[in-house]
Amino acid sequence: MLLPIAKPGTSRENKTGSWRSQRPETDTKKCVKCGMCELFCPEPCITGVEMGKKPQERSFPKTDYDYCKGCGVCANVCPVKCIKMVPEEK
Amino acid sequence: MARKTVEGSFAVAEAVKNCEPDVAACYPITPSTHVAEELASFYANGEIKAYIATEAELSSMSACIGASAAGSRTVTVTSSQGMALMHEAVYNAAGMRLPIVMIVGNRSLSAPLNIWNDWQDSVTERDSGWIQIYCENGQEATDAVPQAFKIAEAVSLPVMVCFDGFYITHAVEPIDVPSLEEVKKFLPPFRPAVKLDPKNPMSMGEYAFPAHYQLFRDDLQKDMVASEKKVKEIHDEYAKMFGRSYGSGVLEEYRSQDAESVLVSMGSVCGNAKEAVDQLRAKGEKVGLVRLRLLRPFPYAAVAKALEGKKIVGVFEKSYSLGALPPLYGEVLAAAADLKSRPVISSFVGGLGGKDVTVGNVLELYGKMKQGKKLVEWV
Repeated sequence: MLLPIAKPGTSRENKTGSWRSQRPETDTKKCVKCGMCELFCPEPCITGVEMGKKPQERSFPKTDYDYCKGCGVCANVCPVKCIKMVPEEK
Repeated sequence: MARKTVEGSFAVAEAVKNCEPDVAACYPITPSTHVAEELASFYANGEIKAYIATEAELSSMSACIGASAAGSRTVTVTSSQGMALMHEAVYNAAGMRLPIVMIVGNRSLSAPLNIWNDWQDSVTERDSGWIQIYCENGQEATDAVPQAFKIAEAVSLPVMVCFDGFYITHAVEPIDVPSLEEVKKFLPPFRPAVKLDPKNPMSMGEYAFPAHYQLFRDDLQKDMVASEKKVKEIHDEYAKMFGRSYGSGVLEEYRSQDAESVLVSMGSVCGNAKEAVDQLRAKGEKVGLVRLRLLRPFPYAAVAKALEGKKIVGVFEKSYSLGALPPLYGEVLAAAADLKSRPVISSFVGGLGGKDVTVGNVLELYGKMKQGKKLVEWV
């Protein structure tokens, strides 16, 4: 009998960031730490804003480029347009 | 064992209870509602460990999959649109090799909306990898329940116990319901080889790449075909223990051994067909009935053997495949294809959406068959 069983948690090993054709870059001079990007990131690759705190006590968002697929949702929802999608080039 | 004059649904529910399921997950739907309702009241009385009242049938089957994967003996009850809503999870249950038992009160599919009996709901799911047993009366449906759990757990495949909506679900009959102690002797506790366990984490129902997917389906196909033997064995074992048998466990031959003209069918209509056979036999006509009990896996060799030497065969079914030959007919044709002298095999589709099939109607079918011409018609 064949069973479709696998070791769990293997998605961590698959660095989906390599699928990306554009990378989101956050301009911390414009960022207001509202946390919209963190809230909307479908992966979720954006962390660290700490939305539970008052705006002046929050941190800038951190993007995990190992798993970010470059979908651009963060750039789209950013109310101050501080996230730019920059083409990946080597 | 207690003989009760009881509705088919209630006897089946009691049989389910006596199999000591760990989890029942159901959403009530006509005409199988009374089975779910009775299971819920068993739970309320502390006689079933867990009953999940889900918000819809896709959730019922999904809850069953989760519970079964965690090592629970699991059951659900449904009919018609409910089963259609389960569809994708029905395939998952088989693909994950989970021995879930589904009690099916057979009913038509919309549209037009209709709550009455035919087999289209479960016949539609025939390709999903579930073993399907079709019962003739309340007693057989009740007896099929402990067998279903035992078969499912022996071959790691899910099993449907199908019985006709209203004709059996709501008919009051004297039924012997096997007791808890008796079932205990027949059905060992469920001890799956693999189950979800926090100490040994695993992902079940994983995806398979193109190189492997077909291997899984091939394995499932082989095990499905091989399960026919187990269905028979477990039926025989039950018969020995409880004194009730249903043909060979895969099909029943009623006065058909020396018959020239044989009707093939399934389910409750076979009660009327047997009466029609008796009436025609009394007049000296050599007629018989072959009642299929197992639709999946399909017992090709047993059907071929039962039809060997017959001149005329008619297949009556309450199912169809729109734009093609009806499913049961197609299988019987295939089963008879290699017979040395092939009988004339006709197809009759009828009894859809609760359209009554009386003894008189069955006599008409034997009359049509007597002409010796191949017919493919809806009656």
